[in-house]
Formats: sequence, C-alpha cells, structure tokens
Amino acid sequence: MRVFLEQLLNGLTIGSFYALIALGYSMVYGVMKLINFAHGDLFALGSYLGFTILVLGTAYITSYLGLWSGMIAAMLIAAICLAVVGTLVERIAYRPIYPSGRLPAVVSALGVSIFLQNAIMVVWGPRPQAYIASVVPSAYIKMGEIRITLLQIIILVMSFLLMGILYYIIQKTTFGAAIRASALDRDTAALMGININTIIFFIFALGPALGGTAGVMVGMYYRKISFVMGWNYGLKAFTATILGGIGNIPGAMIGGLLLGILEMLGSVYISTAYKDVFVFIVLILVLIFRPRGLLGEKIAEKV
Amino acid sequence: MFKDNNLNVEISVETDEVDENINDDKNVVLETQELTKKFGGLIAVNNFNLKVNQEKISSIIGPNGAGKTTVFNVVTGIYQPDGGKVIFKGEDLVGNKPHQIVAKGIARTFQNIRLFSNMTCLENVMSGQHCRGSAGVWSSVFRSSHQKEEENRIREIAERRLHQVGLWKFRDELAKNIAYGNQRMLEIARALTTNPDLLVLDEPSSGLNDRESEDLMKFLKSLLKEDLTILLIEHDMNVVMGISDWVIVMDEGKKIAEGFPEDVYNNPLVIEAYLGKEEEEEL
Amino acid sequence: MKENTNLKHKNIFIKNWPIIILIILLLLFPLTGNNYFIDVAFFFGIYALLGLSLNVVLGEVGLFDLGHMAFMAIGAYTTAILNTSFGIPIIILLPISALAAAGFAWLVCSPIIHLRGDYLCIVTIGMGEIVRLTLINNPFGITGGPNGVFGIDFPSLGSFFMIDSSTEFYFLIWIVVGLTILALINLQSSRIGRAWNCIREDEIAAEATGIDVRYYKLLAFILGAGLAGVAGNVYASKLMIVSPESFDFMESCMLFCIVLIGGMGSIPGVLIGAAAISLFPEVFRAFAQYRMLIFGSAMVMMMIFRPGGIWPRKRGAVEFKSLLLKAGRDDV
Repeated sequence: MRVFLEQLLNGLTIGSFYALIALGYSMVYGVMKLINFAHGDLFALGSYLGFTILVLGTAYITSYLGLWSGMIAAMLIAAICLAVVGTLVERIAYRPIYPSGRLPAVVSALGVSIFLQNAIMVVWGPRPQAYIASVVPSAYIKMGEIRITLLQIIILVMSFLLMGILYYIIQKTTFGAAIRASALDRDTAALMGININTIIFFIFALGPALGGTAGVMVGMYYRKISFVMGWNYGLKAFTATILGGIGNIPGAMIGGLLLGILEMLGSVYISTAYKDVFVFIVLILVLIFRPRGLLGEKIAEKV
Repeated sequence: MFKDNNLNVEISVETDEVDENINDDKNVVLETQELTKKFGGLIAVNNFNLKVNQEKISSIIGPNGAGKTTVFNVVTGIYQPDGGKVIFKGEDLVGNKPHQIVAKGIARTFQNIRLFSNMTCLENVMSGQHCRGSAGVWSSVFRSSHQKEEENRIREIAERRLHQVGLWKFRDELAKNIAYGNQRMLEIARALTTNPDLLVLDEPSSGLNDRESEDLMKFLKSLLKEDLTILLIEHDMNVVMGISDWVIVMDEGKKIAEGFPEDVYNNPLVIEAYLGKEEEEEL
Repeated sequence: MKENTNLKHKNIFIKNWPIIILIILLLLFPLTGNNYFIDVAFFFGIYALLGLSLNVVLGEVGLFDLGHMAFMAIGAYTTAILNTSFGIPIIILLPISALAAAGFAWLVCSPIIHLRGDYLCIVTIGMGEIVRLTLINNPFGITGGPNGVFGIDFPSLGSFFMIDSSTEFYFLIWIVVGLTILALINLQSSRIGRAWNCIREDEIAAEATGIDVRYYKLLAFILGAGLAGVAGNVYASKLMIVSPESFDFMESCMLFCIVLIGGMGSIPGVLIGAAAISLFPEVFRAFAQYRMLIFGSAMVMMMIFRPGGIWPRKRGAVEFKSLLLKAGRDDV
C-alpha cells in the first residue's frame, strides 16, 4: 500500500511534467495542425538553461536567495528564454512553410529538432550533466508511512497552478475563446477579425515557456539531464496529448497526468524495462479504438 | 394525395401510386427502402424511399441541408445507413464498401470536384478502369503478357472516354491545371470509365455558365443511349426541367414530392420548402 | 502502339542522362581500390535500398511512416538469429528475412492502416520504438540485448561462391538496388502504381473510383517492409553484427528525409537523397560536432526553398506539347 501511494505520487509528478509539455503540443497542433517535433527539444533546452543558471548562481542562491527562490528564478528565466526561442523557431522554420503543406512542415520540424538537440550537445557537451545537489531542495515530510519530498509538493503545486492559470485563460477569457476558435477553424477565425499572428505568437511563446519550466523541474527532480531527453519526453508527452484529445487543452493536462500514473503503474506492476513499451502500446490502442482521445471531439470529414 | 386543381394531375407524397403510373413497363435499377441516416441527434435522411428507372434521368432536388448528398453517400457506400435498404439490380448494397459498389455498377461524382490533382487527365480517367482490371504485383513487376494486354485495354477505354468528353487535347496536362468546366467533365469521364450501369452525379452543373450547362445537358442525354441510367442532384432548374424524366423533392431528410418536372415545379409544398410559408397563412 | 513504347524508352534514356552517367560511375568505382570509400559506397547502396522501400509507402501512397527502420531490424535480426543459432545460409535467409519483415508489417499495420495521416505518423513512431526497445530487452534471450547478435556469416554458396570482400558486397547491394529500381519502375506505370498515386492524391475519390484503398495501403507497407528486410539481411552479413541502436528513430527520420528531400515518388530523387544522407557525414567530417547542426538547418532550408525535393517526380505534358497547346493547335 505504501509503495502504491508513493508510486502514485511519483506518477502524478511525472504526469505533471508530461502535462506541461503536452500543453505545448496541443496548442500548436490545435491551431496550426502541425506536430511540433522540436517541442521536446525545447523542453530539454529549458532543462539545460536551468542547469546553467543554477551553476552560475550557486553561490548567490545558497547565500542570499535561498533554495526555493533560486528554483523559482531559474524557472522564470528559463521560461522567458524559451518563449523567445519558441517564437524564433516559428518565425524562421515554420512560417515560410505553411503554404507548402503538411509534409514539408514535418520535415522542417524534424530539422529543427535535430538542430536543437545537437546545439545543446555542442554547447553543453555530450555527457549528461547533473544539477548540483546544493541548489536542489532535499527536505521531505512524512505522512504516516509515506515519504513525500517538499520538491514533489512544490512541483505539483506549481504545475497545477500553471495549468490552472492556462485553463482559466483558455476557457474563461475572450482571448482564450479566440484561441479555441482558431483551433477549430483558422481561416474563419481570421475572417472574423481574430488576429492570427497574435494567437500564433501566444502559443509559440507560452507552449515552450511551460515546457522550459517543466525542464527545470525535471532537472531538479531527477538531477541528471542529457541532450537526448527531449526526444524521450517529447514522444511520451505527445502520447499524453493524443490520450487527452489533441487540440484540447484540458485534455492535454488530464492526458499527461494519466500517462504519468499509467507509466508508474506499468513499471511497478509489469516491468521497469518494458515500461516505455507499455506507454507506446497504450498510445497505439488509443489511436485504434478512440482516436479522438478522452476529451477530443469527433471530427467528421464532409464528403 | 393532393389534387392540384389547375393541372388536374395527381401528385403524391407517398411512394406507391405515382410510381405505378410511369413505371409499369420499365425496370427499377435502384431503389431505397425506408432509408435512414443519423448524425448524432440529427436525422439527415428520414425513411427515404426512392425508385430510379432504367435509362431515365432522375433528379433529386431540395433546399440546402435536405439530405440529398447524404443519400448519395449512403447509396455509394461512404456512409452506412442506420436503417433501411439500398437495392441495386435486385441486391441489397448495405454493408458494402464504396469500391465494391463501384464494381457492381454505380459510379459517382462529387459536389466539390475531387480529382487527382497532380496526375494527368489521362491518368485520372484510367483510374476508372482499375476495378475492371486484375493485374497483381507479380504480373506488373514482370510485365506479363496478360498485364500488358490489360494495360492497353485500360488505356484504350480511357482514351475513348476522354475523346467523348472532348478533353483529348488535355490528356497529358495535370488535372489541376485545366479549366473548372473541364474539370467537371473530367470527373464525369472518370466515372464513366468504370463501366457503370448507374451514374450518380452530385450537382454536375454547379459553377458552369449557361453555355457549359447546355453542353452538359446534351451530353447527359446522349449517355442514355449507352444503356446508362442517371441520377442527379441539381439546383439549376434549367437542368432539372430540361433533361429530367422524373423529379424527387427532399426537405429535412424526407421526400415531400415527386413527379414529372412540370408538376413538381408548380407544387405548392415544393415552393414552400424553398421559399418558406406565405405570410398570409400566418394571420 | 509499339512505336510509341520504343519512343518512350528512348525518351527515358535521354531525359535521365545523369542517371546513366551515375550507373557507369558506380560500375567503375571499385577500381579505385580504396576499401574505405568502397564501404561508404556500400552504405550508400543500403540507404538507397531503404529509401526506395520507404518511397513505396511515403512517396507513392503518401503514408507518413516514421518507423520504417523497424522493418529493416526485423529482417536483420531474422538473418542474424537464424544464421547464428541454426547455421542457415545467408543467401537462403534473404527471402526469409524479406518475408519476415513483410509478415510483420501485415500483422502490425492491418489494425492501424485506416488512421489519418498525422496519427499514422505517431503510431509508426511508436511501433519503431516498441521494436527497438523489445530488441534491447532481449526477450526469451534471443536478441542479445543492447549488444546485439554477432558472428553472422558471409553470403555463400558452398565454397565456390563467397561474398566477403568490400568490393563484392558493394556489387551485391547495387545489383539488388538495380533490380529493385527496375521492379519499382514497372510498378509505377502499372495499375497498382496508379492506384497508389490516386490514394495519395485523394483517398475518398480513390475509393469512390473503385480502388480498394485499404488493400493497396497495406500492400505498400508489406512491399516496403519486404525490401527493408532485404536491406537488413545484406547489412547484417556485411557487418557480421546487429545491434538495436542501428535501427533507432533518428535513422527512420533519415529515411524519411531521403524520400522527401529527393522528391516524393521519384526514384532518381531517392538516389540523390540517399547519396546526400550517406555521403554527408563523410563530406563534413572535418566539422565533426557541427555537422548535425548543419544537417538540421539544411533540412529546414530545403523545405523553405524547395519543398518539392531536389528531383521531383515529373508528370504530365512534355514542355513543347504545352507550348503547342498554347499556340492554339488542337490536334496535338
């Protein structure tokens, strides 16, 4: 029972990482009908940026700011940098390709992904890096028999907070309605006076920003980061997106959390080695039996 | 049954009586029985009964959203109905996939032209003969004599059809490059190449100017001589009145009238479906 | 009709003179005697065969397959395991590996073949990963885990005929590629090739024109998988070792790029793409670290400036015919 609850918590934590990354995929696919393969690598970039910030600022953090503020600062800076990078990627690599169709967009996204991954390798070296222990909070509390780290709590709180804010924006504001409208029918939305460029700017800034934040959190949680993590997390986060219903924001959140829990359960009760296989099988089953995901809408093609 | 005092002709909103007046001696090629199709809560086609007679041109008309294209989609196998039957040459087609229905003898065109844009006009038309061929991977890779003969036959039939619609000179042009009117004819040529018994055309005159519509009408009439039966969806009243032997009117998924073109044209129910109720009646 | 065919053949030779030159170069190449370069050319051949196999799925039918290396892996491992465990000769294993890969494709693609473009893409990525991860985990102890299977033989017929030198492998792969190209050219201009292209253009219209879309999509996957399986067999016997990391997602991406950058559905384009991918690391060896950066940016640049590919498939009117039409001649 103890193991189960701890793993559940673990699963929720991982799930919130997937959820934050999945939001980026969902928003971009929803509006642009583009699978942003580079998104996973943007998340990895966030992780590495966080690493650099914390390394550069170690003394500062341990002496003045304090561990928690250090973490927040790292996340903030990473988020802003990623927002910039994200919009740049859209401008340079995607915008010129929209008229050419979906296939060139896929290749371009793959190209950006390869570029980013190797850029990370060039800048930070091919060996995995580690978040230094001194800047990572390690306190924990015990509830009954269960051990919960404060880091887990903070991560969960922050993730849910970010998701909540995004949910509010998307579902309850006019701007959010504009985003949802663009996701349903971009051309008509544009004709109705919605400034698509603003929408695009928003999704390509916010998505990567959330991904970057998740990157810092992952760095703190696992302490070890490598330049290939973008690929691994990216694919799983995309699975989460599909699970929840692509193009659906709440769906991405739920999909992410669910996937994290499923993965943890899979690794505990089936096999750790095959846990990734388990995740992919889930993905394929969802696509065969319920391609619109949990919350997605049926899209009938007009003949 | 309604009696129209002006014309002294009986117009029926039920199926059976009228059919007997003109259909005694002709075969019914296509028949739908209580055909129903729903999309979620919306009933797009509601217990629709239709009879199409051999070597005649029948037209289905009705306001937008009446369910006409949905009927076509069910008949050609793109949708499966929620109830009812589609009887073609004595066989119930329900459950068949579209390509199987083509092989059985029904060919269609689409409301929004669906050509193979980046293939040549000839290749587009040749694709119609696909279901009449049988060459497999091995005979194609090794170019067996059977395969070569079949290719020649396919090409000949396609070339004939291209000539027939007057598009021979565009045979090597990409389909996306030819004019709109020609694209419509190309789609019809492709459908004809499948050797159908029944040709199902969805708004074939849509987007055509008057002269092109006239040519189309003449062309469709000429097809009857090939033992072909034609079923149309049309909005253009000139086409409906000009070439139809029989007209069926749909509104909100149901058949509301059918008969000879002139009778349907003057039927108050039909007029009401298109234009709405007269204001007087609301008083 | 016969005259037209001869004329058409002549036109093919004249139109594709760069390919003729390439063929002659390929034949004379081993005379350089430099084993290193001959090996590079061998891998160029492997990529060419893989590119052609993916071209059937992606280029002809337009199905987004980003897990194609899984098929090669099945072929390679079939060869590796059956050869090292049961001593079955490599040559016999060539068709068997092709069948194994094709069978796997049939099994695995049947339930998902109806999926829409982007979703199919994701599923193929997932399939590729499942195969790779399963191979790493050494189920039933047969795949050798992350280290793979080693000790694979050379192809041989008894003791008279052995393929064990770089030059001999080079000719082996390029003969296979040559035969594959001939077969694919024939398929392209057949009823099957047309059906594939129709499906790529408009699935619904294809189905409504009498083409069994599901069957032909599956056929493309099965054929593509079989060819990839052949590549796996030759690859395994050349390297004498197979391990899971040779068949990862990045390699599937490379194949995808080969087809796209070369030009969808275009056989010469695939060869150019394969040349670019396999020769690229050699050309840019000096840049070491930066070469993948250059590669990634090159992909983006290509899509921005030439999304149709380097050598797109030519269809339609020969130029002068179009000119004649414009000049008003109706009898062309």
